[in-house]
Order: sequence, then C-alpha cells, then structure tokens
Amino acid sequence: MTNKTAYQRVVGARSKDKISTAELIHGLTTDFFECHGDRLEADDHALIGGIGLLNDQPITVVGIQKGNDTDENIDRHFGSPTPQGYRKALRLMKQAEKFGRPILALINTPGAWPDVDSEYHGQGSAVAQCIIQGMQLKVPYISIIVGEGGSGGALALACGDRVFMFEDSIYSILSPEGYASIMWKDSAKVQQAAEELGLTPESLLKDGIINKIIHEYKPGEELSNLRDFLAAEFAELGKLPVDQLIEQRQRRFRNF
Amino acid sequence: MLQSRFKMPSHDELVKRMDAIPDHVLKECPHCHYKFLSVRAGRNNICPKCGYGFRLMAKRRVKITFDKFTEMDQTVTVPERYTDPKYRAKIAKAKKITGLNESVLTGTAMLGKQQLAVGVMDPFWIMGSLGSATGEKITRLFEMATRKRLPVVMFTASGGARMQEGLNSLMQMAKISNAVAAHSQAGLLYVVVLCDPTTGGVTASFAMQGDIILAEPYALVGFAGRRVIEQTIMQKPPKDFQSAEVVMQHGFIDQIVARAEMKQTLAKILRLHTKENAYDK
Repeated sequence: MTNKTAYQRVVGARSKDKISTAELIHGLTTDFFECHGDRLEADDHALIGGIGLLNDQPITVVGIQKGNDTDENIDRHFGSPTPQGYRKALRLMKQAEKFGRPILALINTPGAWPDVDSEYHGQGSAVAQCIIQGMQLKVPYISIIVGEGGSGGALALACGDRVFMFEDSIYSILSPEGYASIMWKDSAKVQQAAEELGLTPESLLKDGIINKIIHEYKPGEELSNLRDFLAAEFAELGKLPVDQLIEQRQRRFRNF
Repeated sequence: MLQSRFKMPSHDELVKRMDAIPDHVLKECPHCHYKFLSVRAGRNNICPKCGYGFRLMAKRRVKITFDKFTEMDQTVTVPERYTDPKYRAKIAKAKKITGLNESVLTGTAMLGKQQLAVGVMDPFWIMGSLGSATGEKITRLFEMATRKRLPVVMFTASGGARMQEGLNSLMQMAKISNAVAAHSQAGLLYVVVLCDPTTGGVTASFAMQGDIILAEPYALVGFAGRRVIEQTIMQKPPKDFQSAEVVMQHGFIDQIVARAEMKQTLAKILRLHTKENAYDK
C-alpha cells in the first residue's frame, strides 16, 4: 500500500475516477434486483438497495450512491441520503433478516442530506433507528466505507459485524472543511484538519474502529478477489449462533 | 391636578442608566425577546411571557425535578489520551463552571414512590457534547437500569458528537444505542425529555429512541444545524423550523411539557407504566 497523506486520502476518496457503489454492486453480485421506496412516502435515489447473488448466495445490498454528473448529483443529492433513504435501507435490512440473508452496506457519503425538508421528516430519528435496529439484526452484516464516510450519515450503515475501508477512503466525525471552519474559522486549512481528524484507513485500523483495509479497485477492474473475500467473511459469520453473532457485534462497540 | 415632581430623563440619560445595570440583573428570552428582571425567571428559570425554559446546568435540573438523587460514576471523565492543550483548557473551564467531570450527570432518584435511573446532560459542559466518557456514563446508566429493572429518564441538551474526540465520539452513538436496545428488550421504560438545544449525533441516536419523547417549550431540536444547511446547500431555513413545536407537528414528539409541570408529568408517566394498577387489587 502506498503511503499517502491524510489530505491525499481525502482527495482520493472524493475522486471522480473512483469506483462507484453501483459499479461495486454490479461487479460483486449477479441477478441484482433493485428494490425501491421506504413504504411510507418516497424513494430516495441516494440510497440503492436490493437483492443479489454473491457467489450464488443471496444477499441484501444497501449502498449510498453519488452522481456522475450534475444532473445525477442533483437527483441523488450528492450521495447524501434523506430520511426516506435511511428508512428504505432499514426496511431492506429488516427484510434481509426475515429471509436470513446477510447484509452488505456500501458507504460513500459526505453525510446525511442537510436540508429543511429532511429535518421536517426526521433525519435524526431515521439515522437513530438505522443504528439501534441495525445492531440487533439476526443476520451477518458487513459495512464497507468505499469513499467518504461522513459522520452520523455514514454510521447509520456502518454498524456491521465487520467494518472495512477501501485504501482511498475516509471516515470522520465531520468533513475536514467543517472541522477547519469550526476550529480555526478558516475552511482553507483543510490539510491540517485532515491530519488532526485521523480519518485515514490506516489510523482508524490502528484505533480498532475498522477491521481491515481493502485493496482499492478501479472502475472496470475484476472484483473476484473481493467477492471471494466477502463470501468467506459472510460464511464465517454465518457459522456463529445468532445470539453470539449479535453479542460479538455489540461488544465491538461497547469497547469504545 | 397634582404636579408630578418626576421629570422624564433625557434619552441619553436613559441609555446611560441602562448601561449601568449589570448584565445579570436583566434577562432576555432568546425565543420571544422579552426583556425582564432576572428574578422573575424564578426557581424554574423560565421566560415569564412565553414559558421558554432557559438552559439549565445539570445539577440545578436534578434539584428542581427529582427527589433523593444519588450520583453514580462521578469521577468518570475525559481520557488522558486527549492531550490537545486547547481541548484541555475547555475541559478545565467546563468542570469549574458546572462542577461535573463530564457533560452528563447520571444516577438514581425518586419521583413519588417510584425509583428511577436519571441522566441529565449539561449544556454548559462544552455545549453538552457527546464525548467518549459521556457515552460511557450513559451506557453504564442504561446497563445499571437494566440490571435493577428501573425506568430511565434522560434530559438531552447537546451540540452533538464532540469534535475533539473524533470518531471515538461518533462510536458512542452506537454504544449507547445498544444499551438502550437491551434496556428496551427487557421491557423497561425509557423517557426522553428534549431540552434546548438537542442536535447532531445526540438527536441521531438516544434522543430519538425513547418509548416516550417529551420536549420543553421552544427547545431547539434538530439534526443538521441552521448554518450547515445555509452553507452546504444555500437554503435559508424558516425561523423556528427546529423548534420543539414544529418537530412535534411532524410527529416526533409526544408532548411539550412546561418546566413547572415536568415533575408531575414524569411521575404520571412512570405511574402509568407500573404493573400494579386497579385490576390487580
């Protein structure tokens, strides 16, 4: 793995050339069947969810997807889910539990969508329910931070049995820009902020916040290694009795 | 007609006199902007005009709300691994002002005949932010309550996760949520009282996980802050869009309770959750 500065990781995590959540889903699974809507009021396009086969084993995938161009970014509000997005994710995760399917959560978001409508529809409540209910799921649950992992909006889907990060990804309590603007009232000090936030996969692995760093895959690259790795992880988690699985997941977080 | 010996002072003179009044004598309500003599806020520290509850230190809140409070985990505080001098200075100041070692005060108390577990966040302790020791205290509170089969009443007041502690602070949201879930699965009651302000990571976790969610009048309750919304997506939120009244209208709060009624209301809720009701007699 190349040694990069924290700021280079920030740039890498946000790069346009990065493999997208949708590409990962289609590279990892076959027969992917997308499911839409939160069954309450809307379908949030920042959140993709559905069922697919991972090495012939059905899994549920929920992922946060950024847009490729301006129009798509507006449609997906830059990969920042609304409460409806989080409720859709939770609905699909509960459905996975019903059918005994493992869950793969793919995260690439600057954070939950900060707008007035999301506040009215209970952004805080939606994230809170993803966290509390997600951690009680009786099926194996793996979270991967693919690009940006911004704050509570990322944590909502990052409560898995295993939390992995791509090489060029970041996970932080707030954006380096936000940190710089609060700490020094100067959003230009992004590089220093990135260092202080300790948001790189290397530093989070050291802190025990994540379990492993995953090799960075380019768009179009063969994903069979990652597919086999995830299948093996799911198989291992699947061997545990349910109460042990949940206890282990919760103990991981109890130690923080 | 009686001639008043009172002569109206000039405008300049009035301004001069106003400036001479020490700050703590007058108070201004941040909600309705009514200005009044501080003493009129009374024991409950509320605006005499609109009923807004001023921010309270945790110790004062406990005193006006509960009986026989026994504190737990009093010495739990910010871990020494956080060495940044600026952060350390903030911690020292917060401890001095509030008399607490962390941003939450936890313990057991009585309300009427009912024993309960109590958590009160202190908005004067680095904005009531959720640090790792805050999370540890709240988690232990729920664990204790689950063991002793006690209901939990939690007063939230927080700016959200504590920036200075990075992702460890964010992880507290998950850690506390698990303790809440275990308490809930044991069939026990959890009541939240949203106080001014409840925002960010606290709203996105245990503040929104109660069986019953109350709020104080005009408390600010939200996830993303006004400035974040304005600066990130250039949208100008309406005034009061995150007031408890608006949040209640959207379905996230059971009742808004004035501070003077809080004690009786909580006692009533606890009473309604005891199994010994009329049918057992």
